[in-house]
Order: sequence, then structure tokens, then C-alpha cells
Amino acid sequence: MATYLGHRPGADRSPRVVVAWARRRRRARVATVTLALAAVCFAVLCVSLSLGDVDVPVLDVARSLFGAGDGGIGYIVNELRLPRALVAILAGGAFGLSGAIFQTLMHNPLASPDIIGITAGASAAAVLGLLSFGLDGFAVSAVAFAGALATAAAIYLLAWRKGVTGYRLVLVGIAMAAMLTSVVSYSLTRTDVYDARQALVWLTGSLNAKTWTTVQILGPITAVLVPLALLAGRWLTTLQLGDNAAWALGVSVERCRMGLIVVAVALVGAATAAVGPVAFVAFVSGPIARRLAGDNGIALVPSALVGALVLTAADLAAQRAFGAGQLPVGVVTSIVGAPYLLWLLANTNRVGRGG
Amino acid sequence: MSEEHRLHTRGLTLAYGQRPVVTDLSIDIPTGKITVIVGANACGKSTFLRGLARLLTPRSGAVYLDGKEIHTLPTKSVAAKLGLLPQSPVAPDGIRVADLVGRGRYPHQGWFRNWSAADDEAVADALVATGTLDLASRPVDELSGGQRQRIWIAMALAQDTDLLLLDEPTTFLDVSHQVEVLDLLTDLNRNDGKTIVIVLHDLNLACRYADHLIAMKDGTIVAEGVAADAVTEEMVTTVFGMPCRVVPDPVSRTPMVVPIGRHHSAV
Repeated sequence: MATYLGHRPGADRSPRVVVAWARRRRRARVATVTLALAAVCFAVLCVSLSLGDVDVPVLDVARSLFGAGDGGIGYIVNELRLPRALVAILAGGAFGLSGAIFQTLMHNPLASPDIIGITAGASAAAVLGLLSFGLDGFAVSAVAFAGALATAAAIYLLAWRKGVTGYRLVLVGIAMAAMLTSVVSYSLTRTDVYDARQALVWLTGSLNAKTWTTVQILGPITAVLVPLALLAGRWLTTLQLGDNAAWALGVSVERCRMGLIVVAVALVGAATAAVGPVAFVAFVSGPIARRLAGDNGIALVPSALVGALVLTAADLAAQRAFGAGQLPVGVVTSIVGAPYLLWLLANTNRVGRGG
Repeated sequence: MSEEHRLHTRGLTLAYGQRPVVTDLSIDIPTGKITVIVGANACGKSTFLRGLARLLTPRSGAVYLDGKEIHTLPTKSVAAKLGLLPQSPVAPDGIRVADLVGRGRYPHQGWFRNWSAADDEAVADALVATGTLDLASRPVDELSGGQRQRIWIAMALAQDTDLLLLDEPTTFLDVSHQVEVLDLLTDLNRNDGKTIVIVLHDLNLACRYADHLIAMKDGTIVAEGVAADAVTEEMVTTVFGMPCRVVPDPVSRTPMVVPIGRHHSAV
């Protein structure tokens, strides 16, 4: 029997109210999940700011963040630790948002930019820049960003056949990723051990030694891209219904898809340029967020928050959970992400959706 | 409906790559009527419908909406007048009925004008019209084929267009659900004056429900008009390559096609 009957708001059961109620329940859940994720994010941020060579009580951390702490603690929290934590949140959010857009657009949970070779493109460009052209610092990031854009363009063109479908794009992307990974391996074998070590740290993805300079670049970029992505989410909800239905609803399918891809690639490119190709953050964020938000719709904001949370928490673990030695954050995200990839591959094949 | 929109084609040729699928069609879709397009598999009827809904760019000729070339009009403003239910739309995993039907409101929303009470009203009307209001908060995945088809029609209705194009809306449905869907479309036509164009497989149901019937073969029109005039034994044999008898439908008095195969013939 009708499920809405159990939840009817008062005596008024006009059809309009039934519809409004059905929709409101879903929106309420998304809002709750979003707020909860933001709160957890902030809590993890405070914890990660409190731990270090000098442990600062969490309350003092919060006080410093709002400009009320004393000088020494304020310096440790706001100057030494906050930039790294902010970079983790910004980059994590960008990874999460980009992954969710790609997966929804391609109707395929495998179609995340770290699986289909876009971050591999950033890596290859960065490694070539580091090792062959002796670039460092900002120049490496710029080259990595360009590498992501160029790779995405190449994948799109190679997968194009009167339009782009998710399945073909994933296959082309995986082939592209393999090719670019071999470029990286080749470069590493041709260089001396010290340089190779530097490159390896970048390749694993690391938040070590991030300063306000990185925040000052990554901050404005995400401040522009995230609102654009959320606005373009309107197209995403229609494109989810298939190209024909989207056309019928008045969406210029190819143009909108292109716009969404450009925004998503720019997001992942910027994040990769800042922290390196941290594995699996883009890949896991969307599915986790959609599960939390009730498997309904596209959950872009929750995906970004999950991304931020995953990267922040992984960095906390990388710094603190393994004794004295700090690990690059990418090692931790791989430990978490790789089993999920295995599960997804096994499971999608079993239900016959073929990835 | 407050205003009536007119759809016609002149010299319309549609092609996939080099292969023309629809050739030189000039058709006036009668406003306020139910038009049904029939034909054998791969005769170009679905392609023609997609062309009518501006999903395909014509090789030559054009589709006109209210006298203007449809491809020159902004796609979103067309979507407020002309709706299409494609053959196999995709329901996102886990989506609930009210949300899916709500997606049909896209052409009536803007960048900064999001969901409004009018949208709730339109979705509610669509659910009531299709008899699916009590499914509003159910996940679409859990519904039966017949219910799901009604939900998709509800989404097209929520789009609130005068012109509604449907590509084989009865596929995968058993016969009682087929009749139910066609009755529903007839209600929409009779009550709201919607112009409806349906691509249909079942020739007898087509004859019964069509005000205007179009029979296609190899991308061209073989017969067009009221079913009683258009459907003859000769026409069916041409279009489907199958001998048959045409007798009056005992229920509706429209033509009924009785196929003649190689076996079981008593006459």
C-alpha cells in the first residue's frame, strides 16, 4: 500500500502535498548528511591540527582558528599546520567532486579520473618536467595541470565516435593510463637514484611541506571551479537519464557533457598539481557520498565533503598511525581504495553490468 | 490546453552516417489528434520520431514547429512545447518516483529558479493522471514493468508540453498494460487536447487508437490517413511483406489485421 500514508503531514493529503512530502524527505536526508559530513570534517581538521611535535589541546586549536589563541600556539596552528590541513581539504574536495561528476556522467563507477588515466597524465607530465627538464616547485604543478588537461582531451578524442559513451571512455582511459604509467617507469629507470626518489614522492602524492603559497593558488582555483561544478550539476541530473531523454528535456547533450568534463578535469588537474596523484580519493568519494545520501540523485556536495574527509583523515593516519616515520598520504589512500576497486570489479561482473 | 502547437516536416531526410534511413518525408502532424506510426522493423519509424523531436540533424529538409525550423530554436524552449519519451530511458540507481518525475520539470527551471510549488503541482498532476500517486516515494527499481512505464509517461507529462511523442511506449508490457497505456494517452488527448504521436508495433491496437495512421516502409510513407481508409490488405502486404485479411474489429469497428502464415489456414 502507499508508503506515503505512514508519513503524511497532518490531514491535508492533496496530491501536491504528497509530492512535496516525498521530495522533502529526500532533501532532508541530503541536508542532514551534508551537515554531518561538514562537522566530522571540521572535527578531523581540529584533531590533525592538534597533533604534532608539540601536542596542542583541541580546544586551543579551535580558539586559534577563530583568532583567539595565544601567540605561540597560534603560530603553530595557523602558520605551521593549517596550510597543510587546508590543502588536504581543498584538494580532497576537488578530487571527490571531480570523481562524482565523471562517474555520474559516464554511468560507470569505474570512470573516475584516477582510474581512466587523467591523473596518470598529470604524473607523466610532472615526472618528465622534474627529471628531463629539471623543473621544480610551481613549474612542476603547472606542467602536471597541463598534463591532466592534455590527457583528458586525448582520451575524449580517441573515445569519440559520434558522441562519447561511458564504456568506451573507460576502456580508452585505462589503456591511456597504462601507456602513461610506462612513460613514468621509463623516465624513472633512466635517471639517478636521488632524482628518482624525489619524483617517487611526488608520484605517491604527499601533503608534506605544504605552505600558504599552495593554499593561495589552490584556494582561488577551487573557489571558481566548485560553484561552476555545482551549477552544472543541473545538467548532470538530466544527462543521467540517457542522451535521448536529456535532449528531449532541452539539454544540448554534447555541449553540456563537454562543459562538465572540462570543469571536472580542471578540478582534478588542480588538485593533482597541488598534492600529486593521490590514489583513489576521487574514486571512492562519490559512491560513499551517494550511499550516505540515500542512493538518490548525484550528491555533489556530499561527494566533495567525503573527498575532503578522506584525504584529511588519510593524511592524519599517514603522519601519526605508523610510528615515527611519516608516510606519503597516497600510500594510505591506496590501502583503503584498492580493496574497494577489487570489490567493485568482482561485484559489477557478478551482477552483469560489466563495469 | 491554452495554446496549440503545430508540427510538420518538409522534404525531411535523416541518415546515420552515409546510410539514409528516412527519405524526403513531408508530413503534417494533425494538431489535437493521436497519430500512430507503424511499419516493419528497421523501416525508419523510430528514426523519424527522433527526427521530429530534433534529436537528429536532418541531412536535408527540415522539421517545423509552429512554422519555424526546429533546429534554429533554442532547445530548451522547444522542450517546453514538445516532449519525447524515448525507447529506453535510464532510471538512475535508487531514484524515487517523485524525483524521477520531477526531472521532467527541467525546461521550466532556470539557473537561479529552482524547484517551486508550481513544479510540485505539475508532478502531482502527472502522477494523478497516470494513476501512480501512491508510488510517489517508492524507488523506481522496485516497480513492475507496467508501473515503470507509467512513471516514464508521468515524467513526460510533468514536462507539460502540448506535443507528446512516444517511441514504442508499450514494448515489454503484457496486453492488458498495453491497452491501459494507450487508454491513458487517449485520456490525455481527449481531456487536455494534447497532440500525441506514437510509434507502435501492434497493428491492431494502432488501428484502434489512431485518429491518424502513418504506415512507413524503407524510410518513406506507404499510406496515411484514417485507419479505416489507410489499412487495406494490399497496404499491409506491402508494408510487412505478409499476406493477410482485414476484417472489422468486433469491439471498435476499426480495421483488424489477421495475418496469413504458411500453416493453419482454413480458407
